[in-house]
Amino acid sequence: MVKINVNGVDHSFDGDPSMPLLWYLRDVLGLTGTKFGCGIALCGACTVHSNGEAIRSCITPLSAAAGSKIRTIEDVGANGLHPVQKAWIEVNAPQCGYCQSGQIMQAIALLKSKPHPTDQDIDDGMAGNICRCGTYQRIRAAIKLAAEKSA
Amino acid sequence: MSIENVSRRRFLKGVVGAGAFVLAVRYVPPIFSRHPAPDGQTEADRAPLHPNVFVGIETDGTVHIVAHRSEMGTAIRTTLPLVVADELDADWNRVKIDQAIGDKRYGDQNTDGSHSIRSFFDTMRECGASARWMLVQAAAQKWNVPASECSTAPHTVVHAKSGRKLGYGELASAAAKLDVPKKEQLTFKKPAEWRYIGKGKTSYDLEKLCTGKAIYGIDAKIEGMVYASIEHPPVYGGKVKSYDEQEALKVSGVRQTMLIDPFKPPAAFQPLGGVAVLADNTWAAFQGRKKLKITWDNGANESYDSAEYKKELQETARKPAKVVRSVGDANAALAAASGSNVVEAEYYVPLLAHAPMEPMVALAEFKDGKATIWAPTQNPQAVQAIVSTELGIPKENVICNVTLLGGGFGRKSKPDYVAEAAVLSKKVGRPVKVMWTREDDIKFDYYNAVAGMYFKAAVDAKGKPTAWLQRSVFPPITSIFDVNAVYGDPPHLAQGWTDMPYDLPNLSIENGPAKAHVRIGWLRSVANIYHGFGIQCFTDELAHRAHRDPYEYLLDLIGPARTIDFKNVEYPNYGASLETYPWETGRLRHVTEVVAEKSGWAKKKSVKGHGFGIAAHKSFLTYVATVVEVEVNDQGEIRIPRVDTAVDAGLIANPEITRAQFEGAAVFGTSIVRTGEITAKNGVIQQSNFNDYPVARINEAPRQTNVHLVESSAPPAGVGEPGVPPFVAAFCNAIYAATGKRVRNLPLSSSGLFG
Repeated sequence: MVKINVNGVDHSFDGDPSMPLLWYLRDVLGLTGTKFGCGIALCGACTVHSNGEAIRSCITPLSAAAGSKIRTIEDVGANGLHPVQKAWIEVNAPQCGYCQSGQIMQAIALLKSKPHPTDQDIDDGMAGNICRCGTYQRIRAAIKLAAEKSA
Repeated sequence: MSIENVSRRRFLKGVVGAGAFVLAVRYVPPIFSRHPAPDGQTEADRAPLHPNVFVGIETDGTVHIVAHRSEMGTAIRTTLPLVVADELDADWNRVKIDQAIGDKRYGDQNTDGSHSIRSFFDTMRECGASARWMLVQAAAQKWNVPASECSTAPHTVVHAKSGRKLGYGELASAAAKLDVPKKEQLTFKKPAEWRYIGKGKTSYDLEKLCTGKAIYGIDAKIEGMVYASIEHPPVYGGKVKSYDEQEALKVSGVRQTMLIDPFKPPAAFQPLGGVAVLADNTWAAFQGRKKLKITWDNGANESYDSAEYKKELQETARKPAKVVRSVGDANAALAAASGSNVVEAEYYVPLLAHAPMEPMVALAEFKDGKATIWAPTQNPQAVQAIVSTELGIPKENVICNVTLLGGGFGRKSKPDYVAEAAVLSKKVGRPVKVMWTREDDIKFDYYNAVAGMYFKAAVDAKGKPTAWLQRSVFPPITSIFDVNAVYGDPPHLAQGWTDMPYDLPNLSIENGPAKAHVRIGWLRSVANIYHGFGIQCFTDELAHRAHRDPYEYLLDLIGPARTIDFKNVEYPNYGASLETYPWETGRLRHVTEVVAEKSGWAKKKSVKGHGFGIAAHKSFLTYVATVVEVEVNDQGEIRIPRVDTAVDAGLIANPEITRAQFEGAAVFGTSIVRTGEITAKNGVIQQSNFNDYPVARINEAPRQTNVHLVESSAPPAGVGEPGVPPFVAAFCNAIYAATGKRVRNLPLSSSGLFG
């Protein structure tokens, strides 16, 4: 039995503890905002927060997430849009949008550690998140905007 | 175009509120409804109509507009309804968009080829104008005044003389009793009166896209469904000899396995075949699949080796081939030229995979002779067709709900993955969701064709060509429909090859044969990728050889403004008439001048490690020119600080969205140039995921892409694809300017040029 806290709610799961957190979130809890892109932590589409840090849920077995506080995109905007989401909307960042949950989760974590990121910080912090539509320029602008607004 | 007023038809009950006024009808069920309402497909409804759309106005003023094309990031689901809303003079804040199911009553729904706006702009305006006409008539009748005295303000009909006003909602019931006007009766807004067209709006779904609430194919879920993962034959055309499921069945959550038959050639959109593992969740299906023991019969493509194939392609490209267009006598002129004035070059682009962020996925439920599908598809009518064939049921019994697409780039216009879900659902008697892994996506794609190209030019004293020969060889897309197809078909040869725009006295444009050993398919910009790369880089070679400025040289070759004559040439022009969409070299010239000016070309001199490249290419009826700036350090690491792109796409309905498409195209092109390559050994694709099929990341992408939209009164053309080809060439030309290294073989990662 794995006990896990997702978006402030305690859950217990008696299935396969090696199941990655991603599939538990999506198939068991129905939290589909977190996406599957590669399955081996190469694209960042599955990014969620574990105790406030960005992790790749596609390679995190439930057993490893047990006891952690997991936060997904669904919770981020639950009580009104997060400043990062507002910035994303203001610069019209998404195209297809599929990677953007992961991008936003990653950006929130980046801004927590670097409230005023340089371009190099953004490169370093966001290079693990692929956007095949190519919205990087706007993602960069959104991160800077969010940083500016929280200043 | 034909619009019917069907407000009072029985089948519409419950669709929109009582008294709702409905034009060009189609009931779109909520995306995850298990039981879509009868859609009223009478014989009359099924008659082949011109494209039409659904406009419904509720008595509370809510306007429903149906988006009949697929949303994969181009915001087409927003922009076409925006055109309707503008001519209707609707308030966009009171518009609700419904996504259409697949249905031939809409005409073409294949969201591919950058033609949604071009093909449906007029239709959408007529739909909006018709509704507005009826609302005005209804108001005029109520007020007993001539309709000519009435006008509209957003969502309101106004009689200025008397100061009276009525909202669209208040008029909906009365308007519903009127006949639909003929096109000749309609009045359209003048461009100056447009509120939305040319000004644009961001995506209708924008907030959902940023909050995890948007529903993609991968998010489709209905009660009782099982999850499937399929082990496909590793070699194209292979099949299962035998398999052992015992270990797979022991995996917790696995329910059963199921054999899927191999396709009968030609492959088209049929499932590839293989063994499916069905389970209670996605993870269990993936795990069970790893435990399958399968013996394969690999078939004839087992000998396919992409390195050998490249050599054959290049050999073929060196031999005289089928002439698709010629001017003068290039061969005679080349033969007569002295050796020092003759330049030859060979170019090569490998197979490319689409790799949209959402891998292939589909949910299907076969029940009572009907298949209901939820899928991220660019082509819901192709879904209907293939599911109908695979299950042996009429097309009308295939309901294809279209979700949002997590990227498409052409891959999702080929619904083999949807057919798999349908076939499995029929076999197991319950809803089945098929989920591809990224490895499946990379290994079992419909790849953009590998292409070899050969160029030969004779030049005069100023380095300008007096004769030009270009020959391309690539396995054609038509090979998925005809196993014997080896030559480029006219629509794909027309993609930047037949229409090579230079004004030259001797020209021979040729195409040689190549057999396909994998599935070949459309990928964003398609044949323009390799054709634009070859022509625009060879042009740059000639400019440097003549010690001329590449921009001035390019303008010299484009020549004075003229319309290219395609008399006696098969040139499909992307399905558009040459009368409405002539090939005007003046427009190509203009975007080239604009991009040079905006990028500050004249002031920017390339030096070692820092270079500028230029290219111009027309595709999907849009004229584009691009300047790329690169920095290359001593380790051979390449950065792209800046890109400028000038675009003449005719009338641009949604400028901000258009800019985003060209920004994205530069990133897409960056992936093609840096690392895009699919290879095969013993018929097996060698790449599998983003480790060995890398795509551009934020640190590798252009830092800043400036998009310069040229004001144009020409009819609308494409914006999703045309940005890629000139970027690819300009990037490679910039690399040459910075390093003296000519990129003739893509991608850089295997060119051997940079370590």
